[in-house]
Amino acid sequence: MKEHKFSGKALLLDRDNINTDEIIPAKYLTYIEKMPLKTHLLEDLILDSVDPKKISWENYNVVISRSNFGCGSSREMAVWAFEINGISAIIASNFARIFRENAVNSGILPIELGSEKIDQIFQKFLDLNDVNIEIDLELQTLSIQDAKNKLEFSFKITTFNKTVVTHGGLVNFAVENY
Amino acid sequence: MGKTIAQKIFDAHLVDDRFGDAVIISLDRVFAHEITTPPAIIDLEQRGLDSVFDPTKIKAVIDHVTPSKDSLSAIQAQVMRKWARRHHIEDFFDIGRNGVCHALFPEKGFVRPGFTIIMGDSHTCTHGAFGAFACGTGTTALEVGILKGIAALEYPKSMKIELNGKLSVGVYAKDVILTIIRKLTVNGATDHVIEFAGDAVASLTMDERMTITNMVVEAGATSGIFAPDMQTVEYLWPFIKNEFDGDKNAALLEYSQWIADPDAKYSQKIEIDISTIQPQVTIRYQPDQVINASDARIKVDQVYIGSCTNGRLSDLREAAHILKGKKIAPHVRGIIAPATTEIYRKALKEGLIDIFMDAGFVVTATTCGACLGMSNGVLAPGEVAISTTNRNFNGRMGKGGMVHLASPATAAASAIEGFITDPRKYLEMNS
Repeated sequence: MKEHKFSGKALLLDRDNINTDEIIPAKYLTYIEKMPLKTHLLEDLILDSVDPKKISWENYNVVISRSNFGCGSSREMAVWAFEINGISAIIASNFARIFRENAVNSGILPIELGSEKIDQIFQKFLDLNDVNIEIDLELQTLSIQDAKNKLEFSFKITTFNKTVVTHGGLVNFAVENY
Repeated sequence: MGKTIAQKIFDAHLVDDRFGDAVIISLDRVFAHEITTPPAIIDLEQRGLDSVFDPTKIKAVIDHVTPSKDSLSAIQAQVMRKWARRHHIEDFFDIGRNGVCHALFPEKGFVRPGFTIIMGDSHTCTHGAFGAFACGTGTTALEVGILKGIAALEYPKSMKIELNGKLSVGVYAKDVILTIIRKLTVNGATDHVIEFAGDAVASLTMDERMTITNMVVEAGATSGIFAPDMQTVEYLWPFIKNEFDGDKNAALLEYSQWIADPDAKYSQKIEIDISTIQPQVTIRYQPDQVINASDARIKVDQVYIGSCTNGRLSDLREAAHILKGKKIAPHVRGIIAPATTEIYRKALKEGLIDIFMDAGFVVTATTCGACLGMSNGVLAPGEVAISTTNRNFNGRMGKGGMVHLASPATAAASAIEGFITDPRKYLEMNS
């Protein structure tokens, strides 16, 4: 995301340790392009509240989940599968390192909120469909609301990650600087 | 203030620290395989930046699906071959001399203490067994590594794990790392390097150290590092003896700069008495869900011995020791994938391949294959495997399949019985 502010709808994935193999199974890693990944996002997800086949990705541009999101493989296809489905930011208690770096390097904003704030979000917003979210990367704030509730948070992001995300990814940044 | 091994390596490779929270370091090695590298190659071409920072520092292999299983995997391999050729990457390993990257590259002598290494593969942490800083990255970071020879990483924080005591019979490095992951949990080491120390380290072979560092990422760690010692020098000796004029002590002295300072700061210290560890096996879908193999009487459909974790010659020897003169259970499909061509050849010469075939195993190509459910032993829904690999995620070896991670000895004993089995009963019978 090159813009500093955006708003949209969030999909909530209420589980810890959602891994790369669930996000995009290895059998789809033989594609050398991003587009064929589109229909296989979260195909092997095990989560009672969400049927991966029934997610209307066109309705969402943010995903919210819990701890150790994106653990496992280094496959950046796990980030790209979100990217080509229109996701610009992923909010979680925390991320696996490689997934977080891959998100930044691809220009997707990973926001680590810690488990307390994430707990609050999941307690307040169980109905997925009507959650609105606004993110301001410059001020490092986000607000989440539906018809009844509103939560506002500030978040931390490293200067480096902020710089790379606003460059639209690591290659742009590296070519410009080194 | 004292420095950890990882901090010493970063300080020696520092390119840019102006951001404070992440640093840019120079790379001694960029490793590449055919799954995560082709999108980087294609993106560089599309940007008009198709070049490599130093072809002698890039080592490439086709290992994940080899020989190719279909048109898509054939195209990935083709992209790699053409790229290696046009950039004069001489250390490129294709069919007939390839192998699983994290077994092959150490075997070829490409890793040195103090090196910085990245690869588009999460198990790149394996190479920390040599006192190097090695970590997995995604395709974009790999792309920047290929183009510029640099990587952007957080300045390392380390935790220290002290391994003390001596392994009992039937207990192996795999059981040690499974015990560590159970203790740390799947994200207990996230954003940390694990530095291994303790009186047990000196007796751990390089193969055993690689099995341990291979799986630190399953606890979230960025890398796992063993300080270099005489074992490291001995392993590397064929590749470094000229550099040190045949003097092993000179090599050891040179590498001792990559030992942590006595007052280095660790965020956490954990002591493990490895003599108390028993054969371990994972249950369910997370690598920290670990129990004693003797408590897991679970029927298995497939036994897989191979991978960057446990497909080395010492692993095959341990499995063969148990399987010699035995047959695997009639309902079990046994698969052996020697991790490299050289390991395969040595196993053949030592008679290990005969032992496996007599027992009823198939011996396959030197590939990652089934470990990640790509080829060469994918499970059907509802099927159960015991496997010497590193990940038991749902669907990892095939949608709807269950994977139990264990040592080669535990896998071999389980193949005979058709149920997960503590290997010690076969070792006591044999000895």
